[in-house]
Amino acid sequence: MDLSVILRTVGSLALISGALSIIISLSEMVLNNYGTVELDINNGDRKLSVKGGSSLLSTLAGEKVFIPSACGGKATCGLCKVGILDGAGPIALTEEPYLTQEDRASNLRLSCQVKVKTNMRLLIPEDLFNIREYLCELEEIEDLTYDIKRLYLKLPQDQTINFKAGQFMQFYSRPYGKIKEEVFRAYSISSKSSQHDHVELLIRLVPNGIVTTYVHTALSVGDTVRLSGPYGDFYLRGDAEELIMIAGGSGLAPIRSLVYEVIEKGLPHKMRFFFGANKLRDLFYLEEFARIEQEHPNFKFIPCLAFPEPEDNWQGETGFVTVALEKHVDSGENREAYLCGSPGMLDACIKILKDKGFPDSKIFFDKF
Amino acid sequence: MTPNISPFIIFFASIITSNMILSNFLGMCSYLSVSTEYKTATGLGMAVTLVLVLTTVVNWFIYTYVIVPLELIYLQYIIFIMVIAALVQILEMGMDRYTPDLHAKLGIFLPLITVNCAILGVTLFMVIRHYSFLQSLLFALGSGFGWWLAINMLAAIREKMAAVKLPPGVKGPALSFIITGIMAMAFIGFSGIFTIQ
Ligand SMILES: Cc1cc2nc3c(=O)[nH]c(=O)nc-3n(C[C@H](O)[C@H](O)[C@H](O)COP(=O)(O)OP(=O)(O)OC[C@H]3O[C@@H](n4cnc5c(N)ncnc54)[C@H](O)[C@@H]3O)c2cc1C
Ligand code: FES
Repeated sequence: MDLSVILRTVGSLALISGALSIIISLSEMVLNNYGTVELDINNGDRKLSVKGGSSLLSTLAGEKVFIPSACGGKATCGLCKVGILDGAGPIALTEEPYLTQEDRASNLRLSCQVKVKTNMRLLIPEDLFNIREYLCELEEIEDLTYDIKRLYLKLPQDQTINFKAGQFMQFYSRPYGKIKEEVFRAYSISSKSSQHDHVELLIRLVPNGIVTTYVHTALSVGDTVRLSGPYGDFYLRGDAEELIMIAGGSGLAPIRSLVYEVIEKGLPHKMRFFFGANKLRDLFYLEEFARIEQEHPNFKFIPCLAFPEPEDNWQGETGFVTVALEKHVDSGENREAYLCGSPGMLDACIKILKDKGFPDSKIFFDKF
Repeated sequence: MTPNISPFIIFFASIITSNMILSNFLGMCSYLSVSTEYKTATGLGMAVTLVLVLTTVVNWFIYTYVIVPLELIYLQYIIFIMVIAALVQILEMGMDRYTPDLHAKLGIFLPLITVNCAILGVTLFMVIRHYSFLQSLLFALGSGFGWWLAINMLAAIREKMAAVKLPPGVKGPALSFIITGIMAMAFIGFSGIFTIQ
């Protein structure tokens, strides 16, 4: 082919795309320039001066105010709700499915879908200011069962964490293998809330799961792990005589933290912890809970095996946790329930609890 | 050579007898995926019409005053696509700034439209058929209305059929294809009123 044709082709394409990029940048400078705007948070408690033009979620993150988000701003998780009294503009179609009548009445909006264009007045739960980002060092990683690993993470020297037992952290995986981007998932904190310089996570391998495969195959001691948190409204209410705790698999994590919180604070609650698993090989932390049981008569640990092997020599409860619940819990009177685990198990247990007279307001859970 | 057809014939023909979806089967992906609800279908139809008119007009000028004089015909596809993408982006920013209400309704559809083949289709038909400026303008407007009409009809029918018990094999996209096929056959009935191709 003629060299001049090649040159003309490349030249005209470069010119045209260059011209288009300049037009886009110019229009962006004109159209997307909202100048500096003021964000007033919680009626004057905090004031931020920020550059307009980006989503509220990322603008706030730039100011180190982390709003929970599981979809990274794609309007598919509905977690990033923030109260906006002023300056939000109309509700976008993308927000519609996530905003209930009550949400609308209390001016809640998806912060990832609202663009900062003018001065805004925001309502943000005080708890969220407690959320930080931590670059932790993985101090220990060990197998608790064949598919659950315990991660013990040291926070950076100059940072501490304050969380309520039961809350979770956001864990960010690095790109590995075929996964080309950072992905994040929620993991409950299993360590004591009195411990401020380390967090412990219990992570069960999900076959083909992106983050759990990363944790189980790519992580080793000394690696740096990015966490943010604490998040979540699964924490101790303590407005009852007895706490019924129910967990399956890695759902034990937040319950362990809750049990220690009650004990360390010397709270008067009785506790019964039903822990469901299939076989003996799925149980872990048995000695630890047996020890707590001995030292604290208020605490009862009830592991239940659904399908024990003959060689397991299982003497304890047999059958699904639901069977043990039916048998040991007579009514919902003066009791609160805390549940953690797979959606299937939780739904079955919650149904039984409701039949026993637990009102919705006394059942707290995190579905994994 | 510019064909000797009244722009108004082109306008009505592109709605009824040369409908972008029902006789050209262009722009099917967003047509099939965003037609579960009448309200959103209306939003998408409106956005497609808007973008169609805008991009066709701009592409007409680019074709007549840049592509032809510079003998860049062999690059026209790439140039048209770049222009469409850039225009949609600017349109979105402008809408967000000056008509936030409209942006709240149509904003999410705009990126989707960049890759809607009806948009490029109209530009290419305009070139192949040597339309004049006025003919192109009304062709784009008509094609937009035609696309809008088709997606609204499909959405309305799908909403009505939501309550109907169907065998699993014809649910979802399969049903949409069947409905579209029947609508297309019904539209054959209009052929003969006027033709443009
Ligand atoms: C509040 C909260 C607390 C939690 N705490 C814990 C905890 O303490 N410990 C713990 O182990 N887990 C916990 N989880 C669960 C955890 O957040 C992850 O969901 C889980 O570890 C799986 O992550 P993953 O990236 O490995 O799997 P993912 O990649 O998300 O995949 C999960 C499963 O879905 C399948 N899948 C993925 N994508 C698709 C798709 N597009 N179509 C069909 N199937 C698909 C995968 O094959 C896999 O089976 C918690 C969850 C929540 C919400
Ligand atoms: S961040 Fe997920 S919906 Fe906003």
